[in-house]
Amino acid sequence: MAAPLVLVVLAAVTVRAALYRSSLAAFIAERVEVASPLNAWKRVVEGLALLDLGVSPYSGAIFHETPLIIYLFHFLIEYAELVFMITDILTAVALYLAIQDYNKVVFKKQKLLIELDKYAPDVAELIRTPMEMHYIPLKVALVYLLNPYTVMSCVAKSTCAISNTVIAFFILATIRGSAFLSAVFLALATYQSLYPITLFAPALLYLLQRQFIPIKPKSKSFWLFTMQYAALYLCSLVVVICLSFFLLNSWDFIPSVYGFILSVPDLTPNIGLFWYFFAEMFEHFSLFFVCVFQINVFFYTIPLAVKLKEHPVFFMFVQLAIISIFKSYPTVGDVALYMAFLPVWSHLYRFLRNIFILSCMLIACSLLFPVLWHLWIFAGSANSNFYYAITLTFNIGQLLWAADTPHVLEHFHVWMKRMFTSF
Amino acid sequence: MDAVATGAGNNSLPCPGQAQRDGLCLHSTAQKQQHQPTPPLGRTSTATPEAGAIGRQDRKRKWVGGAGGHAGGGAGAAAGSGAGAGDDAGRAAGGAAAAASARGGRGRRLPVPHAVGRRPAAGGSVDKAWKELSNILSGIFCASLNFIDSTNTVTPTASFKPLGVANGTDHRLLRYAVLPREVVCTENLTPWKKLLPCGSKAGLAVLLKAERLFHSSYHSQAVHIRPICRDASCLAVSWELRQTLTVVFDSFTSGQGKKDWSLFKMFSRTLTDACPLASESKVYVDISPKNKEKQLLEVTPTPTSVHEAIVQGDKTTYAVYDLLSPVLFNTSRSLNVQLKWKRPEDSSELSTPIMHAQRYVSGYGLQTGEISTLIYNTHPYRAFPVILLETVPWYLRLYVHTLTIITKGKENKPSYMHYQPAQDRKRPHLLEMLIQLPANSATKITIQFERALLKWTEYPPDPNHGFYVSSSVLSALVPSVIAMKDVNVEESPLFTSLFPSSDGSSYFLRLYTEPLLVNLPTPDFSMPYNVICLTCTVVAVCYGSFYNLLTRTFHVEEPSRGGLAKRLANVIRRLRGVPPI
Repeated sequence: MAAPLVLVVLAAVTVRAALYRSSLAAFIAERVEVASPLNAWKRVVEGLALLDLGVSPYSGAIFHETPLIIYLFHFLIEYAELVFMITDILTAVALYLAIQDYNKVVFKKQKLLIELDKYAPDVAELIRTPMEMHYIPLKVALVYLLNPYTVMSCVAKSTCAISNTVIAFFILATIRGSAFLSAVFLALATYQSLYPITLFAPALLYLLQRQFIPIKPKSKSFWLFTMQYAALYLCSLVVVICLSFFLLNSWDFIPSVYGFILSVPDLTPNIGLFWYFFAEMFEHFSLFFVCVFQINVFFYTIPLAVKLKEHPVFFMFVQLAIISIFKSYPTVGDVALYMAFLPVWSHLYRFLRNIFILSCMLIACSLLFPVLWHLWIFAGSANSNFYYAITLTFNIGQLLWAADTPHVLEHFHVWMKRMFTSF
Repeated sequence: MDAVATGAGNNSLPCPGQAQRDGLCLHSTAQKQQHQPTPPLGRTSTATPEAGAIGRQDRKRKWVGGAGGHAGGGAGAAAGSGAGAGDDAGRAAGGAAAAASARGGRGRRLPVPHAVGRRPAAGGSVDKAWKELSNILSGIFCASLNFIDSTNTVTPTASFKPLGVANGTDHRLLRYAVLPREVVCTENLTPWKKLLPCGSKAGLAVLLKAERLFHSSYHSQAVHIRPICRDASCLAVSWELRQTLTVVFDSFTSGQGKKDWSLFKMFSRTLTDACPLASESKVYVDISPKNKEKQLLEVTPTPTSVHEAIVQGDKTTYAVYDLLSPVLFNTSRSLNVQLKWKRPEDSSELSTPIMHAQRYVSGYGLQTGEISTLIYNTHPYRAFPVILLETVPWYLRLYVHTLTIITKGKENKPSYMHYQPAQDRKRPHLLEMLIQLPANSATKITIQFERALLKWTEYPPDPNHGFYVSSSVLSALVPSVIAMKDVNVEESPLFTSLFPSSDGSSYFLRLYTEPLLVNLPTPDFSMPYNVICLTCTVVAVCYGSFYNLLTRTFHVEEPSRGGLAKRLANVIRRLRGVPPI
């Protein structure tokens, strides 16, 4: 399986290199859908320039990257394009290995359930063969690397790619069963963009499952493992934050990075729901609605954990989707990450009711984003409502997709086992 | 209105001739610009009569340290295009006024009230004192100076120094603010006139009637306050209040195409007497000959004396009318100074000032843009440094890594740079640079910015008019082409404050560039309710779907025979020939 992966990687690198050299690179780097105030490359360069001038990069309102990114690019600024291509490749390889391992687990479970005669007799056609499961990791890597969203994100040198790499490594570590590495990568992901803290729950669930610890509040080993994992996570987080402090000798980065993510002061348009909402919000209610919108990201974790405790990796997928829809400054790079997981549950899609409409919605919106932006900002013949409408539609499409798939998953498993019949 | 308080800086340009004059200078300059047809760029003064600068002085002994009021007219104050007198012993008002007067002919609105105040107060109370000062000035002058807050106040490090007697100051005590959107109007002139001892009832101030003054191409008011020595021994310090008024009348285009002017034509009034409280009351008319030939122009009535001086590097001759001398009102009750050109003026070139500048915004669309500043040094062989101070509001996010300075095709690195980035809704950008201008060159400074989307309540009532970016300030010690005689400041302190000339070979110049007008992307102001509803609907759709998923329970359903309604329906369907439910 290595050879096809290498081919895919080569193809991806070629596409990116070609785009870097073309005139589209500058155009893509300016797009608000790809570069947000949090992860635009222009702002990284600005932060480094401020550092050279002797001014703290966090003294202004331009730079919102974490100190470790400053550290990384201080040395690697010359090779920026190479760095981003390598991060994309690393993400794809990590996802490939993770899904490979995961598929083995899934297949074993399916085999066990078949032998135990748990499946209803008429689901023969729905049982997955090793053949079709063989190609899923490659499909995942392919979808991630050749997704136009990922390519644009890489060409724009948005640091979202680095975020995605860290999350991909976290997923790989979790699926491989290493609690320590999983905690470390989760801490790094949280440090980078705050929202991956919600992935703590699915990771915990998966690791508990792997160790065959029952998820019952009364079980002592459950609490023991949870405490261990939480302690590992918190310690890594503290270590990383202290490292950042020692880099610039100030705690300025905390309000500049996390305060910025949580309080959303910059209303630059993006593909999310926040910007126009807060541009038109009455001052009096601003704080209230900021809190409501931020809670939305964290709020679904516990209920989903209760419902999807048998499918923690799927839970991770849904949580990633929720993060990339409801985060304060989403970009297409975040969408690309959870889209990479779609081939893993391709056996569910025949049951999705709206798959055609949703796909059309997403494609049409992606094509309309630059058009309506141009009409608003450059031509002056449209106004902000046009772009906002497309934002709404895009997010509805994403949401319906993200909310429908758990339904279908539940339905599918229930149907397979015929323990209950729905409808 | 702008108040400039200069702080002492050890690293900034020396203020020649300022040994006894250093101190605090608080001056307000308000400028107003009428809409005029745009004259050619960079040569704004070609449209205005060149000769005939008028300077007037009213020296009132009543004010400790003296107060001066002067109205300047014509290009004399401007000394060519783009030049302005600098911030020296009382030159500040004239400087700011003249600098802006050069912009006057552009036909663009140039309302630039800005206030800089320095309070020798301790540490954190500077901001409190600043707020008090701006509010008090706002009340006194009926100007909207109360809009000065932290979003338009900066603390420059090198561009301003205190005037008058001072012990040396920390630049952290200095504050500088500009309100580019505010205009100067009659309401500001009236309290300004009330500060004069005779008001507008006697003396030179009788000429200052609002209807004529605001019917001009350019108008500027300034109030300066600084501490000075009370006498030569400098044992006590007094406060000097200096008021200046600069007006540019464009009699050439509004008249019959002749460059003749008179006091009556400009102000529709003449001078009848001096203010009884004044110790000095003079009218200066610039009658410098263009070439070394005989006089081309003629002033009536005969001046009481003629005074020659070197002002800003040029040899100038002034006809002086002393209102306090008894001989002046012998022949007639009123004094109407008139200037006539003996033969029609050839199209003579105005001399370019040694340093002039312009600034503009380029780029297209509402996402990004670029601010370019062009500074010209037309001195044939001398290079000199200039300090550039730029204050850009926070909603134009500057990217300092895109800053480029190009002189004669090559990159020009500034020897001193101070940059303070903006904080959203808290403070503006501050960029100060010391740039060396080589002889006979044009320097282009460009920086890119990104336009922010503001909250809908932060837009002014007319959002598509755009947002103003205040002028940038250029301060330089300009070498003069002619070697200048060292003027004795003590002998004629007000003359030197009015017509600045400092030691030997250079004079201080402070130049203000144009303010800029920049458009920002706007949200739709009619839609707050709709937006809130629609966005909340989307969030509710998500919530609903997840709620459905998380709370739905599957239960067993027996294939039932169906109730009565179903059986009836099946009967009807069988009759129709349709398969049963």
